Order: sequence, then C-alpha cells, then structure tokens
Amino acid sequence: MNRMTRRRFLAFSGVTAAGALAFGATRVNWDDLMSAAAHDPLDPKAGVLVVVTLYGGNDGLNTVVPASDHAYQDARPDLAYKPEEVLDLGDGLGLNPGMKGLKGLWDGQGLAIVRGVGYPTPDHSHFRSMAIWQTASPKSSVPTGWLGRWLDATGANPLHALSVEPVLPPMLAGAQTAAASFPLGGLALPKGQLGEAFAMLGKPVTGEEPWQARAAKSIADLHEAVKVFGAHSSKTDKTSKTGALAGQLDLVASLIEAGVPTRAYSVSLGGFDTHADERGTQQRLLTELDGALTKFVERMKKTDRGKQAVVLVYSEFGRRVKANASDGTDHGTAGPVFVLGDKVKHGFFGAQPSLSDLDNGDLKQTTDFRDVYATVLADVLGTDPGRVLPDHSGRVDGLFTA
Amino acid sequence: MLRAMDERTAVRRLHDRLGFGPRPGDLDIGFDATLDRLLGPAAPDGPAPPQLTPLDKSATQQRADDEKKLVLWWLDRMVATTTPVVERLTWFWHGHFATSEQKVRSPFLMLAQNQTFRQLALGPFAPLAKAMITDPAMLVWLDGNANRKGTPNENLAREFMELFTLGIGHYGENDVREAARALTGWTVKRDGGTQAQFAANRHDSGEKQILGQKGKFDAASFADLVLARPESPKFVASRLWARLVSSTPPGDDVLGRLVAAQDVRSSLRAIATEPAFRDPATTLVKQPVEWLAGLMRALGVRPSTLDEQAQAKLLGGLRGMGQVPFQPPSVGGWAAGGAWLTTASGVSRLQLAQLVTSHAQLAGSDPGAVLGVDRWSDRSRAAWQSVASNPAQAVAIAACAPEYVVST
Repeated sequence: MNRMTRRRFLAFSGVTAAGALAFGATRVNWDDLMSAAAHDPLDPKAGVLVVVTLYGGNDGLNTVVPASDHAYQDARPDLAYKPEEVLDLGDGLGLNPGMKGLKGLWDGQGLAIVRGVGYPTPDHSHFRSMAIWQTASPKSSVPTGWLGRWLDATGANPLHALSVEPVLPPMLAGAQTAAASFPLGGLALPKGQLGEAFAMLGKPVTGEEPWQARAAKSIADLHEAVKVFGAHSSKTDKTSKTGALAGQLDLVASLIEAGVPTRAYSVSLGGFDTHADERGTQQRLLTELDGALTKFVERMKKTDRGKQAVVLVYSEFGRRVKANASDGTDHGTAGPVFVLGDKVKHGFFGAQPSLSDLDNGDLKQTTDFRDVYATVLADVLGTDPGRVLPDHSGRVDGLFTA
Repeated sequence: MLRAMDERTAVRRLHDRLGFGPRPGDLDIGFDATLDRLLGPAAPDGPAPPQLTPLDKSATQQRADDEKKLVLWWLDRMVATTTPVVERLTWFWHGHFATSEQKVRSPFLMLAQNQTFRQLALGPFAPLAKAMITDPAMLVWLDGNANRKGTPNENLAREFMELFTLGIGHYGENDVREAARALTGWTVKRDGGTQAQFAANRHDSGEKQILGQKGKFDAASFADLVLARPESPKFVASRLWARLVSSTPPGDDVLGRLVAAQDVRSSLRAIATEPAFRDPATTLVKQPVEWLAGLMRALGVRPSTLDEQAQAKLLGGLRGMGQVPFQPPSVGGWAAGGAWLTTASGVSRLQLAQLVTSHAQLAGSDPGAVLGVDRWSDRSRAAWQSVASNPAQAVAIAACAPEYVVST
C-alpha cells in the first residue's frame, strides 16, 4: 500500500456505529454553530480538546530525534539527522529541524512530549492500528470511537464534538450519537456573480498597504480552504495540501473563541507513510504541522476561552528503527505524542524507548496510549475516564497544571 | 519625512478614528471644522438604554434576552448618535477595562458600567479609573467578592496596575499582594442596585507598603497612589494611541505632548493634530464592531429598525467575526490588527455586509461615495463593478474590500 488515505481508512476501520459513517454525521454549517454559541455558549472555564491525527504513521524517531545515540545513527545512516541538525531538547533528544515553532514553545516551557506511546502487541496495519488508536481498544474490535463513547456518556449532544473534515473519523462515533461534522466547505460562500466578485477581492495588488494586503490574503485563503475542503472534494483527501491543517485549526480557533458549545475537535494531516525518500517528505509535513500548531497555540494564548484549549497530536504508529533500502522506513510501533496548550505542564513524560532492546526491530512502548486519553478525559474534558475506557486505570501523572 | 495626506482622506480618518466612520456629506467639511465639531461640548446623544432590572441567577432566558437587548441598543446608539466621539470612547474604555458578561452574568450591571464609561468618557482619567476600581461588574469580573481580609484575592489589584493604569514592569509582586489587601471589603449584591457596598468588617485596614509608600491604603487611596505615578498618563496615552492611531508606539516627544493634556478630550485633540495622525502609513484594521457600525452609519440602517430575525443575524455575524460587545475575550481586551483578518471571519463579514445593504436605500449610488472611499485598487473596483447592476451587492462587496476593512 503506497497511500494511506483517510477515506480508505474509514472504510476499513471496522467502526460502524450510529450509522454515522454510512449515512453521514449531523452536518452543521457556520450559522448553526454561531447560533449554538449564542443560545448555549460553552462555559468559559470548560476545557476544550483538539485532536490532531497524523495519518500514515509518522516516524517518531525522526520527529523527536535521539541524534547523539550511535544506535540511531547506525540503524539508519542515510536517514538519520546529525546531532548538530536537530533542535536540542535536552535529555539527548532534539526536534526535527522543521519544527522551529515547537522548539520555541519548548524553550518557553509550553510543550509536553509523551515518549514511547503505543499499545501492547502492536499491529503493523495502518487500518488496524489506526482503528485501535481511535477506538482505544487494542485487544478486540469495538464499534465505537473513544470520543464517541465520551459523547454518549455526557449527554449525547452531537455538537459537543466536531470534525473539521469532510468525513467523520471513527474516534467521534459513539453508540447512540456521533459528532457533528463541519467541513470547511460548511463555510458557505455565495455562488454566482456575487461569489465571483467576492473572490476577486482576494487578488493581490502590487505595493498594497500591508494591512490591506493581509485583508486580501485572508479572502484568498478562505477561498482556497473552501476549495481544498469543499464538500465535494473527496478526491483531494489523498494528498496533503499545504496550509490545509492551518486552515482547519484557524477555523477551530474561531469556533473556540466564539464560544461554540463544542468541547472536542478533530483535525488531521495526512501523508506520513514514508516508505521511500522519507527525509524531505517528512520534514516538509512536520514543518507544516509545526507552523499550524504554533500559530494556533499563539492565538489561543490570547483569550480566556483559548487558554482552555489543549492540543493532542498522535499518529497510528511510528516506524521501524532501521531504514529500508529506499531511504524510507517501514511500519513500526511506539512514537511520541505532543500535548500543547496553556494548561499543559511542560517537559518529557514517559521514558524514551531503548534503541538496543528492540522487539523484532521495533521500539517497545513505554507509555500506553490510553494513559494519555484517560488523562485528557479527566483533566481536560472533566469526565471520569472509566466511563470511556473501562478496564484501564493508567494515567500520565502531572501532564496538566492543577 | 511624512508623505502628505489630502484633506478629504484626513477628514475621513478623523471620523474613522474618533467616531464610527463618516455619514454622507461628512467629508465635505474641512479637517479643523470637523475636529471642532467632533470634540465640541455637545451633550452625549443617542437612543436611551433599555430598562433592565437585576435578575435572579436562575432567570437564564430573561438574561439571554437582556444581553441581546443590551448589545443591540449599543450598536444602535453607535449608528444613531450625533456625538460619535462619546460612543467611540465608551467603546474604547470598554476594551480598556475589558469586562465580560460571560462571567458577570448581569446585563443590568454591564449596562451600569457602560453608562459610567459614557459619562466619564472624555473627562480626566482618574475619576474613571477610580469608578472602575469599585464598579460592581468589575468586582464580579475580577473576583472582588472573594477579596477579603485574611484571604486576599489579587486579581483586581494586579490587573488594575498591569492593564488599566501602569503597564507591566512598573510594579512588583509584593505591590500586587499589598494592593489586594487595600482593595478588600468591596462586595456586590446581585440585587443591590448599581453601587458596590463597602463591608468594613471584610476590609484589611492595616498598614500596607505599595510602590514604595507606606500607609493604611484603601481602594481610593490606592487608586490615587497609582494614578499619581508618572507612568500612568503615559500608559493611558499609549493605549489611546494604539487604538486610534497606530500599533507603532508614539515616540517620547509625541508622548510628552499627549500627557500634557488634562483630560481625554484634550488628549484626542492632541492626537489628531500630531503629524503622525496624517501619515498614510498609520493604518489600522477596523475592529468588527467599528466596521459594522461604520457601515450602518454610512448607509443609514439602524439596528433598532431591523426585524427580529435580521437582528439575530446581526448578532450572529458579529459572533462569527469574533467580536460581540460586552463579551471581550479576556481582561486584556480586544485583539488588534491581523487577528481580525482570519479566514473564517470573511464569511461572516460578507453575510453582514449583505444584510446591511439589503436594508438600505441605494438606488444608483456609487459605492465609493456611499462608503466615503475615494481611492480603490483596480482589483476592488473591478470586483464591485462586476455586480454593479445590483447596488446592494455592489456596496456589500465594496464594504468587504481591503480599502474599507482597513482604516487608511
């Protein structure tokens, strides 16, 4: 399989609850959301979770890089970053050179990195592994996603979780309800002559005054976002369009600031399945991720509602420690999870997986992904994790400030 | 060397920055005459506020209705007033002493605070700042009720110095702790009228040391102490400058001239007569409320005359653009500049523009003349001309053009 697409994943995930995936979730548009914000605004003190899914299996070892570890250099000589190339985090680790914004957040004490996150008995299938992450059920297939069960457990209001993507990810499907879907296409732009006239305003004008130029650019960006994520643009979800994640997060930021009653958002970036020529591709994607996250976090710092937002970034697995013969890596296991936001306690959590004590060439997980979920359920969404993750008691201690 | 700005553009800037934009005919009057008229002694004028009463905490529907009434009334007043400077400065003080109904949950107290802003808008700063330190909505907003002898809450003390009067770096952590003690004792009863009550038994009457001074400070004497610091007038003048002139801070010479003014009315005159006020480079992105009120003024569309559905759309549009009056996002006040130019807000802006222009009398009007914009880029002119056969659409497009979204 050379392309992991959201659509293919959805078809194979095994999550069939609520009919949502078959028939489409509650589609909402901008006016619906603004009207909900007016009539039923979110408690300004309520935590808000923004989940960023990196589809395809992001190479964790080239994201949070043990560059000075000889075992790392030896395992992937052509793929490895040199110690002087990475952005130093301390503890023998450094960020991918594309992640300058996150390095700034780290230096400003605003980033948590949970290391070695995975689940027991790893599955190397994209579909199975992503289904495990999204359903939070490693041992058996279940028909509901973890945030879908959270919706069920907290009043079954579809507006409380929102997917800013054309298709609802399984993590947002519960047994009784599924999250609402608000594709950027829901930013209904007028059609016909008026729509064309509005689009014309986005054209750059040479030498234009800087604020005016920015105003024009925002109109151009809007049209680009609607085009990329438009309701009928399913063909575009194979490839990751530059700026796509930033557009999704920009929208989420506006919704949070407006007081929309949503407490969990899902956004995504695809293209991480780097079996060949990995370095350039991954660094480009991480640079996009970095820019979008940094912009979002900086914006969220500025408002009381924004300060309630916590971002969780994960991928279905990391990649094999040893490079393959195509300057890429094959499907692996545990990887780092980023947690960002005003309420996040800075630093490393969980142990860095050993590069010498491998499981058949793969990293051994040091942190169960459900520990991370349980912690955000309790500390961000204010819900007893037992209602969503039965039979799991682990937590990541101290991930959030009290 | 500053580039020259023509008289008409400078007059438009006066209306944009000291009011809510020009009305038809306003640009035919010269700069000095306009400034005299805007800063004249006329008593504040505009539609009277809604009659609100204190509400029980459980009256959520009534509160939501009152919130809506309050916002619509203020917007209506911004549009209708013949003394726009008073409304503009009321709006400025609302952003400066940013207090949100989302926590206060009392439209009655929010209105009372708003009336205080209006009443003291153009006078000296000290009476306004002193009114705010015991303003009921402010006390609810910054936890005044929780600030009592023995268990001080520092919220109001800190923000009063950091955001309202001095700016960061002009006080220390110990000053905050001691100032909080000075502010103890002021409480708000939700059914207690528009005044806060002083409960002597909750006040810490002991000696405090604040900003190097020792004394048995209370709210009033703490405010006096802070307001007498030389940093205070500079801080306030800088904030006015940032909102009315440019995000580039004024130089020391300019600041020196501004702080010589005895009250806000004279500060505004000083600001408007600075060369930088006529510098084409000192542009500002209009805040959504400023943009909308300006558009409605220009088109003569009063929020109060819209039907209920259109009024709901008006409020929804502002929410979509990220700015609902009485609900600033934090005690730091409203955002500025590029924060108002987000991708998503464009949709709401166009919807609002269409809503307003569809209620205006526009037969045969040139969008430039209607909006008071003399110079368009070829791009923007082509855009609104492409829908010229429908005047409401043409003006809506022109209102979304960068030339109108930015105060040039």
